[in-house]
Amino acid sequence: MTGDMLINYALGILFFPLISFIVLIFVGKRLPRQGDIIGIGTIILTLILSLAMFGSMLLSHDPGFRHEASFTWMDLGDFEIRLGFLIDNITIIMLLVVSLISTMTHIFSTKYMEGDIRYSRYFAYLGLFTFSMNGIVLANNLVSLYIFWELVGVSSYLLIGHWFEKDSAADASKKAFLTNRVGDIGFFIGLMLVFTALGTFNYAEVFEGVAKGAMSGTLLTLAGIGLFMGAVGKSSQFPLHIWLPDAMEGPTPVSALMHAATMVAAGVYLSVRLFPLFTPEALLFIAYIGGFTAIFAATIAITQNDIKKVLAYSTISQLGYMILAVGTGAYVAGFFHLVTHAMFKACLFYGSGSVIHAMHHALHNLKDHDTDPQDMRNMGGFKSKMPITYWTMLVATLAISGVPLFSGFLSKDAILAGTLSFASHHPQHFLLPVFGFSAALITAFYMFRLIFMTFHNQPKLPNVYSDIHESPKPMVFPLILLSSLSVFIFYTLPYFNPLSDHGWFMELIKAKDSMVPGSPSAHDIAEGMHHSHTLTMILSILVASLGILLSWSVYIKNSVSADTWSKRLDLYYNLSLNKYYFDENYNKYLYQPFLRLANRVSYIDWDLYDKYFINGFGHITKWLSIVTGRTDYDGLDQTIVDGIGRSMGKVGSSLKEIQTGRLQNYMLFALFGVIIIIIFQSF
Amino acid sequence: MYNILSWIIWIPVLGMVAIAFIPREKQDLIKRAAAVTTGLQLLVAIVLWSTFDATNGSFQFMERAEWIPSLGISYILGVDGLSLPMVALNALIAFIGVFVSWNIDRAVKGYFALFLLLDTGIMGVFLSLDFFLFYVFWEVMLLPMYFLIGMWGGPQREYAAIKFFLYTLFGSVLMLIALLALYFACGETFDMQLMMERAPFALDGVVWWGMSAIKVIWVLLFIGFAIKVPVFPFHTWLPLAHVEAPTAISVVLAGILLKLGVYGMLRINYTMLPDAVWWFAGTLALLGMINVIWGAMCALAQKDLKKMVAYSSINHMGYLLLGMAAVIAGGSANGSNLMAAQAGINGAVFQMFNHGTISAMLFILVGVIYEQAHHRDIEGFGGLASQMPIYTAIVALAFFAGLGLPGLSGFVSEAMCLIGAFPVFRTIVIISTIGILLNAAYFLWAFQRMFFGKLNQKYTKLVDINNRELFTVIPLLVITIFLGIYPRPFLDMIKETMNILIDQVAVVGGIAGIF
Repeated sequence: MTGDMLINYALGILFFPLISFIVLIFVGKRLPRQGDIIGIGTIILTLILSLAMFGSMLLSHDPGFRHEASFTWMDLGDFEIRLGFLIDNITIIMLLVVSLISTMTHIFSTKYMEGDIRYSRYFAYLGLFTFSMNGIVLANNLVSLYIFWELVGVSSYLLIGHWFEKDSAADASKKAFLTNRVGDIGFFIGLMLVFTALGTFNYAEVFEGVAKGAMSGTLLTLAGIGLFMGAVGKSSQFPLHIWLPDAMEGPTPVSALMHAATMVAAGVYLSVRLFPLFTPEALLFIAYIGGFTAIFAATIAITQNDIKKVLAYSTISQLGYMILAVGTGAYVAGFFHLVTHAMFKACLFYGSGSVIHAMHHALHNLKDHDTDPQDMRNMGGFKSKMPITYWTMLVATLAISGVPLFSGFLSKDAILAGTLSFASHHPQHFLLPVFGFSAALITAFYMFRLIFMTFHNQPKLPNVYSDIHESPKPMVFPLILLSSLSVFIFYTLPYFNPLSDHGWFMELIKAKDSMVPGSPSAHDIAEGMHHSHTLTMILSILVASLGILLSWSVYIKNSVSADTWSKRLDLYYNLSLNKYYFDENYNKYLYQPFLRLANRVSYIDWDLYDKYFINGFGHITKWLSIVTGRTDYDGLDQTIVDGIGRSMGKVGSSLKEIQTGRLQNYMLFALFGVIIIIIFQSF
Repeated sequence: MYNILSWIIWIPVLGMVAIAFIPREKQDLIKRAAAVTTGLQLLVAIVLWSTFDATNGSFQFMERAEWIPSLGISYILGVDGLSLPMVALNALIAFIGVFVSWNIDRAVKGYFALFLLLDTGIMGVFLSLDFFLFYVFWEVMLLPMYFLIGMWGGPQREYAAIKFFLYTLFGSVLMLIALLALYFACGETFDMQLMMERAPFALDGVVWWGMSAIKVIWVLLFIGFAIKVPVFPFHTWLPLAHVEAPTAISVVLAGILLKLGVYGMLRINYTMLPDAVWWFAGTLALLGMINVIWGAMCALAQKDLKKMVAYSSINHMGYLLLGMAAVIAGGSANGSNLMAAQAGINGAVFQMFNHGTISAMLFILVGVIYEQAHHRDIEGFGGLASQMPIYTAIVALAFFAGLGLPGLSGFVSEAMCLIGAFPVFRTIVIISTIGILLNAAYFLWAFQRMFFGKLNQKYTKLVDINNRELFTVIPLLVITIFLGIYPRPFLDMIKETMNILIDQVAVVGGIAGIF
């Protein structure tokens, strides 16, 4: 495929979903089926174009492929901004991921959202979201990136707040947007630092500048950390992770799209794209943020009872892995995990959606509005009722737990190898692999906890259970497809070794050297990972099996009682259950004090400064006007102003009084002015 | 095209005369006459925009006539890339303003006569190239504004009107002093082009009471203009005036009047006293930062929707001040960074225009809900999204424009201002970026309280935005979206003039180089 053709394809991929958005927003309600056909049609076109690009990438098999096209968006002479596309193998794979998951979400939603009051609006927003996300993927410069970055923010705001009648949904959407904006402040500062130093926004030119040393040292580190702050917000990393769990208020298919495969992945994508400009110091910062998030979120997921909340924290934790990979230099592994995770996490979200959908219907039939359809303590034994949902979710769970034969094993292994190799070069950072491996252990534990509590054991609510049914075809199809894509073979072809990530993916995505002088080369990093591969594999299989075994003994065998242990570890259990009280503390120590401060500022502005200080001048003037009102001007002035007053209508008499005095003062002032100037001039 | 600028200025006066002859009972005819007048003016403005030569940054369509030759006062008009967008904006806002005023039913004749007079005053300020004429128009504009707020406003209208009047008058006095000082310094001429040439040299080294004359005049002019912008701490008249003014007048006030201050600074302070720009830029940036943060904090605390929007204006003008301050990056003292200077100053003028369209839109939308609900208490609504879906969608767009969402014009200009100011005022700009969060916070919070949640049962009878109201908002919305996606048509129009301005400040200021 030629470059120009690729650009045309990319234009199609970008704009088809936007067309769907525009059509559905304006006429969606009047179309048959409220226009969901338009949404699905355009997204399938997008998928076909992405597949075509993907196919041509496989055929040409060129790891160094890249094509760029830009246009002048703004040209002020010296200040010029060019926006455009960058298409390389990372772009193409990412486009396919976004289009695929978005297509699945569209299909899944036709049933899941059936009968929704804003059905057409929902599909419109999906289009806007896909457009924005593909915009991020295609950007070849920081300005485009920032523009689409924010558009993703706003479309997520609209989707999370889809059921805005619920206060919790409205709160969650606002929280998501604002938390993201905290990160965006850093992003914008980073962007300004880069532009000020290098005079360009284009990735390639920025990297070139960095390689030449036009920007280096602390400044570059700060710029890198600033830009990374954007990723912290979008990818829900500690300490800005608070928005993602709340965002589960949105419809479940949306969670699959945004909180598994796309929006949250945007932060990782940004870090992967900008990897060449991160200094070793910035990377270390990134590694610790990612590593800590991975373990921190996992320890929360372990005690959650809401099925979507478990997945939410699991997502945060997995994103932490990807960020950790970037930080340790193994950014290709991070990107690999992004892709595999997109498949199995989306599958898990759809699975949870399928379960919730079934619960919802059962509860609806029982006219039970109090039981929480998302609480796993109300489930159990669904295995026989929802076999497809069960088996697909199980496959995805095996993948996320890092069990061999599944995709997650390969990508997680690569990341852990990266951390291990990093720690062997820098022993003082031994915590990073510790974070990684313990998070893997906990992940296997809580993911199987989810499976066991939902699908195994005796049903907790037998009357609800009896009414549970497998979901309809449009909901089951995405589950089957995505769980299949969680098998290793799709990532290792043309090879069949389930224990090695060697395959088309690793051949087409080659790590590039960092542009920062003095950084370890991509070759060294790959070499290090290769050396620690075997050890990593043994360790990771070990922790995964341990986690699954523990989970099995607690939730199936009941040889270890969860209750007893939660009582024994009371303090920790409560911390985890309450998410370490982050929301409460942010509210208490940041949000509320800030609101109070705003109120205080407003009070100072309006009730003190304006009322006493500014109006004080008024009172002085009024007094002056009474004095001067008895001067010669009086008669003249009264006549003029009264004349105007009468012709224009009724103006309060008090008003006139002040105004009269004012005009006199004004003329007096003016006279003074003239005199002063004349005196000046005579010098 | 003969005397096109005079036509733009005086068409409203012709309309005013026509309205004077219409009997006061024929309210509809009066309104239509006003609509035709402003519509005609808008057409002429569009012709002006399309015939303007964007490759030439200096004054075009010049008109020159003797007025009071003995005092060096003449009637000089001209338009360049700085005034052109303001003229276009004013023509548009005035036209829209007539339709926003359609529900006025008290003293209709007086209202529209004053409205048209205000229009003439504003156009005159933007197009005058004689400082005396500029000043006359500046004062002409004050009087109708005073009566429009004082007679057709809300419950506290008289207090608000008098406060607006006194405050602005105070500024005018300072301006008058500066005007006279410049007049004598430049060899007794009010011709602004001559003054621009002469003032930097004539005042070079002049000292009054141990202070440089340039600085003194700069400060006098600055305060005079800062009141209009408004720049902290001269801003408190604005929320009051907005809250009390009728909707259309709020629209004109926020859409145009606030820009006059900025226009004055760029047209007069920057060109006649370029040396002082260097001296004052730091303060200007600092004030910009305070405007951004202070305005946003106050907006966050407001319960009254209109007051919130008013404070958001203060917040938005802060970005603009930052962009204006960035002009010194183009000079030799800091090493020339033309990129930053261009981004900043073009961003500032772009922000003038964008704030004009966005804030006008916001005030119209506040008026729409006020007409029906008869209050503006943010907490008093709730769940309107399901009752008024079209209105909700438009408010959402306007709010997103206000909070600087990319894809809408406000983002482009705010980002340009920040990027431009950053190399020169690093810390100030970094603190100002907190505004990115605060803007979003107050707009989204207000949006949630008004539109989300369960519908307040009091409001089940509210009807969605009507066609007349849509007609007033849609043009502004289209401009906001278009310039947000593709800002070039606007920026290409102004950039040559801005390059001249940068030269004036950087080169002339650099030559005189007394600071």
